Amino acid sequence: MTLRRDFLKAGGALVIGFHLRDILFAQEGMARGSVAGPPDAKQVDTWLAIHADNTATVYIGFAELGQGNSTALLQVAAEELDLDMSQLKTVRLDTNVTPNQGGTYSSASIQRGGPQVRTAAAEARQALLRLASKKLDASVDRLAVVKGVVSAGGRSVTYGELVGDQPFHLAFTGSAPVKMPAEYKIVATAFPRNDLPDKVSGKYVYMQHVRVPGMLHGRVVRPRGQGAYGAGAKVLALDESSIRNIPGARVLRKGDFVGVVAENEWDAVRAARQLKVTWDTAPSLSGSDGLYDAMRAVKTDDRIVLNRGNAADAIGAAPHKAAHSCRSPYQAHAPFGPNCALADVKPDSALVMCSTQDVYGTRGTMARVLSLPVDKVRVQYYEGSGTYGHSCYDDTAQAAALLSKLAGKPVRLQFMRWDEHGWDNYGPAHVGEVRAAASADGKIVGYEYEGWQHHWSNVETSEQLALGNPAAEWQPNPAMQVNPLCCGGMYDIPNVRLVNHHVPGLGYLKGAWLRSPLDLSFSFASEQAIDQLAFQLKMDPYEFRQRNIKDARWLGVLDAAAKAAQWAPRQAAANLAKASMVTGRGIGMGTHLASYGAAVAEIEVNRETGKVVAKHLYGAVDAGLVVNPGNVESQISGQLVQTASRMFKEEVTFTKTNVTSLDWASYPILRFEECPQVTPVVVQRLNERSTGAGEEVMAAAAGAIANAFFDATGVRMTEFPLTPKRVLAALKRG
Amino acid sequence: MASELKIRVNERSWSVSAAPDTPLLYVLSNELMLQGPRFGCGLAQCGSCSVLVNGVETRSCVTPVSAVEGKSVTTLEGLPAWYAAQKKLAETPALHPVQQAMLDEQAVQCGYCYSGMIVKASEFLSKTPRPTEAQIRTAMNGHLCRCGTYPRIIQAVQRAARVMSEVKA
Repeated sequence: MTLRRDFLKAGGALVIGFHLRDILFAQEGMARGSVAGPPDAKQVDTWLAIHADNTATVYIGFAELGQGNSTALLQVAAEELDLDMSQLKTVRLDTNVTPNQGGTYSSASIQRGGPQVRTAAAEARQALLRLASKKLDASVDRLAVVKGVVSAGGRSVTYGELVGDQPFHLAFTGSAPVKMPAEYKIVATAFPRNDLPDKVSGKYVYMQHVRVPGMLHGRVVRPRGQGAYGAGAKVLALDESSIRNIPGARVLRKGDFVGVVAENEWDAVRAARQLKVTWDTAPSLSGSDGLYDAMRAVKTDDRIVLNRGNAADAIGAAPHKAAHSCRSPYQAHAPFGPNCALADVKPDSALVMCSTQDVYGTRGTMARVLSLPVDKVRVQYYEGSGTYGHSCYDDTAQAAALLSKLAGKPVRLQFMRWDEHGWDNYGPAHVGEVRAAASADGKIVGYEYEGWQHHWSNVETSEQLALGNPAAEWQPNPAMQVNPLCCGGMYDIPNVRLVNHHVPGLGYLKGAWLRSPLDLSFSFASEQAIDQLAFQLKMDPYEFRQRNIKDARWLGVLDAAAKAAQWAPRQAAANLAKASMVTGRGIGMGTHLASYGAAVAEIEVNRETGKVVAKHLYGAVDAGLVVNPGNVESQISGQLVQTASRMFKEEVTFTKTNVTSLDWASYPILRFEECPQVTPVVVQRLNERSTGAGEEVMAAAAGAIANAFFDATGVRMTEFPLTPKRVLAALKRG
Repeated sequence: MASELKIRVNERSWSVSAAPDTPLLYVLSNELMLQGPRFGCGLAQCGSCSVLVNGVETRSCVTPVSAVEGKSVTTLEGLPAWYAAQKKLAETPALHPVQQAMLDEQAVQCGYCYSGMIVKASEFLSKTPRPTEAQIRTAMNGHLCRCGTYPRIIQAVQRAARVMSEVKA
């Protein structure tokens, strides 16, 4: 038996691929990849190439993260080029090859990337038609194109014959006319995903599969579970003799960054587990129990996000009021497969393969860590396990690079489960205070929301430990502040005040964006207050929301979710039962940054055990023009299930010294037996610009679940996750 | 180092150089270069590394390679042939019906957990050809999916069960 190993020179390293398409990717990359990118975004050639066999390659700067954007963006290109999907392919993200379209976050692929790919393809088509016009001796308006074959007056020529494998040398002006939505044949259809056949057969090359000749396997050695961000982890003593029985393994160290490498992966795993390091683990944290009090007590940097009318006065004068303070914990990205990276660092250059959301962003920080010029670092993207935001992909990439530099060989580094769970950039904890009031005729007249949370951490643990780079946080941006689209922004309210209290992150857990960052927390607090007003007014919560919404698109998703759930009007908590098992339904709204989301939840509460299970979740999203409704339905379904997991299960726990939720037993997530039925609803708006769809209904679902709990029990939960212990305590308080 | 251990994986014999206490997963990934079984937790908590050992779903991350000597190991890659042998089919299909059903339902998102999901569902359907939804949920409960694709996996397993019940040798 011989192994099928295909060796290929790519970026200075021999890559062993397991799959033909992957090798084609790399060969494509080689042809274009001789110099550091980004390639000139103002050239059509940067975006696509037409081949002699009448196929095309589209160069896309967005990462396939399992959401299907690598299919959807090709649909956009195919539509404008009049090519069949089978004639198009794309290539791996690579800082020497693919354009810089920014990172694949904030559900940006279709929102930002769609228009760029669309206009580039339209511009290429325009150029192709000009060439065809000459060749066929017919004016452009008489040309017809089907699958890249241009015809007029009985004669025809293919795109491949017109430019086959030659560059366009054409400026990308963005001025070529694009198709009208009414003409779409490929866009707005549920085209099957192109990455799935290899994903089910086992041929798909995940980052975790990549190997190069001569490489070592690496593992990091750190305390089990991080302490406070910025506190670091000091090595007091390191006993190399403690791994003497594993001769294949050796210890590499720079500052407080400690790792082991070995030719044999199991040796590296054993050595990392066995190496005796004495760490300085002075108490640097509040502990989970003291977290929220600490966040409220600290001096914060305060900003008014929105101030309209006079909210305090309006609330004071209104007959119906709702107010509460809600709390939500740090939650982990916890990719199902821990992050992995492979780095080959030479004295004057580096190649880094990893699962970053942003190859160019990672290249910049990698250059800083390795003290190399940016153009001497090449970063290539390989899909890992779903990341849902800023998991440890940069940390593993830096750790692999640091170990490779120390070892003088390529190093493949994979985090262990406890590394990924314990050293994550957690989705930040939150304290939200909301006050809302309504008039006697059921109009919301005043609304206030104050939120306490951190910004994102922007220094990785590896560089902090190795180089002593001081911990720092991102400058404020809308994605990490109180979000008006979850905090009353869907309602027509004359008096609104939104205040953001930035809790300095140093001394807390390291944090970053976790899918629909903070939005679940905002809607959990806000949508319960809105629901409470409806309850006081003895109104059906759906009708109350309808009465207070003017925006047609917010009304559209609200109606779509209610219709899917066959919502029948009644006041919440009107039929409270004494039985041990009670059911409830709730409705909620909210979204991330630009779309519209609404959800209905049907849940079951066991009042004796405190266990809550979602039986059915309905989610509606209006994301403007939806390029691939099948993908978006899949995204909505996943968001609903993940929201149930975050609302019922997920909570990072920590003592005063370190995080203690380090695996799937100590950080449980939702399982098959607790999984709700889901009904995804795509509200297609062909004539509206595309906005995000990968994280746009989680906030709504969080609010709906909280309101369903009230409907079932008559009790408002002010903290999630709704664990049995927390639920029993709340029911006891009443 | 060379243990001279012989193991049978996907109906082929392999000589293994790893030490006998090495978890099977590392042998499958680094010596046999198989991409189906994947590291997820190393603690037998998630099901990412699942393979069949003599037809029984087994977590390869905690199973020493020496424990499978003399037994038959099947990974994701070997499932179509394993299925063909079970059903006494004249030809091995390109995909096991569970794999095909995952495609037909467009169930997958990131797909990292799917090797384990497909292995487990294949084992389950070989023993329970006409499962109820509750039986599927119970059987699959030890396998985690972080993307939240459980509902479509359930649909795919139901679809595969229908297809498999119509297949005649």
